[in-house]
Amino acid sequence: MQCSAAPRITSGGQIENPLEHWLSITEKNANPVKAEEAKLKAKYPGLGQKPGGSDFLMKRLQKGQKYFDSGDYNMAKAKVKNKQLPVAGPEKNLVTGDHIPTPQDLPRTRKSSLVTSKLAGQI
Amino acid sequence: MAGKRKLSERPGGGSSDVQWCFSQVKGAMDDDVAEADIISTVEFNHTGELLATGDKGGRVVIFQQEPESKNQPQCRGEYNVYSTFQSHEPEFDYLKSLEIEEKINKIRWLPQKNAAQFLLSTNDKTIKLWKISERDKRPEGYNLKEEDGRYRDPNSVTTLRVPVLRPMDLMVEASPRRVFANAHTYHINSISVNSDHETYLSADDLRINLWHLEITDRSFNIVDIKPANMEELTEVITAAEFHPDQCNTFVYSSSKGTIRLCDMRASALCDQHAKMFEEPEDPNNRSFFSEIISSISDVKFSHSGRYMMTRDYLSVKIWDLNMETRPVETYQVHEYLRSKLCSLYENDCIFDKFECCWNGNDSVVMTGSYNNFFRMFDRDYRQDVTFEASRENSKPRSVLKPRKISTGGKRKKDEISVDSLDFNKKILHTAWHPLDNIIAVATTNNLYIFQDKLN
Repeated sequence: MQCSAAPRITSGGQIENPLEHWLSITEKNANPVKAEEAKLKAKYPGLGQKPGGSDFLMKRLQKGQKYFDSGDYNMAKAKVKNKQLPVAGPEKNLVTGDHIPTPQDLPRTRKSSLVTSKLAGQI
Repeated sequence: MAGKRKLSERPGGGSSDVQWCFSQVKGAMDDDVAEADIISTVEFNHTGELLATGDKGGRVVIFQQEPESKNQPQCRGEYNVYSTFQSHEPEFDYLKSLEIEEKINKIRWLPQKNAAQFLLSTNDKTIKLWKISERDKRPEGYNLKEEDGRYRDPNSVTTLRVPVLRPMDLMVEASPRRVFANAHTYHINSISVNSDHETYLSADDLRINLWHLEITDRSFNIVDIKPANMEELTEVITAAEFHPDQCNTFVYSSSKGTIRLCDMRASALCDQHAKMFEEPEDPNNRSFFSEIISSISDVKFSHSGRYMMTRDYLSVKIWDLNMETRPVETYQVHEYLRSKLCSLYENDCIFDKFECCWNGNDSVVMTGSYNNFFRMFDRDYRQDVTFEASRENSKPRSVLKPRKISTGGKRKKDEISVDSLDFNKKILHTAWHPLDNIIAVATTNNLYIFQDKLN
């Protein structure tokens, strides 16, 4: 029977999924979800203890919140004396924390699309 | 409980006679998909004559069943554009530094009361009532005005004439009649019209509000699960719906896989549920992913009102309203993804919100999957089938061939291996005509319409 946990060697000579290689075959076949969990923990050891809990939910509740608030702004200004100003990076959305945003950094409110939906384009 | 029958070898889901055929596909067929064109909701009206779609760009397109082919068995599934309008626009809440997307999260039709049609459409923050009306006559022959609207020279008016209504080319107009705003701090995920046809509910992550369709300046809060201390937040509301005939009853689902049924007669604030539906979890199966995949993305009552269906990441469950302890039926949508959860978590697909729907007589349920697959489960015959919405199957009246996914090592001809599934091609929204075997299936930016082939 083909061993599904056998390591696959890429053309570059590397082992794909080395973690799979080390898991026992019976464990992996008996509970694929546990195997997936082990894979995830190996990649992100710092992953929170409450997986379905507050972190996810907070992120979900804060969707759409993109811009700095005056607290961030004043904190960053206070730090300017001590170190160099971080320059606005390619991630224009992340204008919080240490970065002092300028009007050019803030993405403008998008205009509504004036184009008719393509669904209405055909009969 | 009766055992499952073997999967039928004959094409078609539902009863053994049903074969599904391609009818139409709407939208651009090129690969360049603008974000605004991503379809975000699909809904038939109560007669099935109208089919509405909403997209990420805040636009609504309404299709109408072609009146001439409605009664021809072979082309009942022909829908043409009836009206299109911009429902919502992008906004920015300066007070909260919050960008408000114009994406239409849900559309719900009101039952028809007069010549006009009404629907509710909502984005994250604002619900709007739209009136869609037809105009096929216009008045001509005003006494004081020319046909172009300019006033006639009073000296030239020597006789009296009364305008008459003359036929004109059909014009369909959409106008916003009510705007229900500023009632939701969090993002609206559901709206549901009550069977009393006067009220409706709107649900966000933490609260549910009750509105009267005529009143926009106030709404009643009927569910509030926001904890006093936000650090203690453990679950959010994911969907809510009114019962189809009991105007006092509604349900809401949570990110923890529970459904609560509430009775508005019991108290003004329905924080105490009348019933709670939850399937006990096998402690051996508990993992990091358990809670995430148990989160319910959609809840729908059956037309009969006796059952409700929930969709979580991997399955569809049918619940009898009289039994809270476990579902009466469970259907696996794509069980083979259980061994891919790690990568599905990394690419965020594990958070995809699939919807589900019933057919008109509650005998078949349907939901979407990846690779532009969609699945039907026949409750009576215990059969299930997988179809694909793709350009290859887009010849008029071509019969849909069932698809098979190979999970083991050996892949048979015509089977697709799990590793070659395209997770960017997801079917999140599907709708079933309330009275006929016509279905609307939305891929990322296309709307497919299929109908059954009557032999």
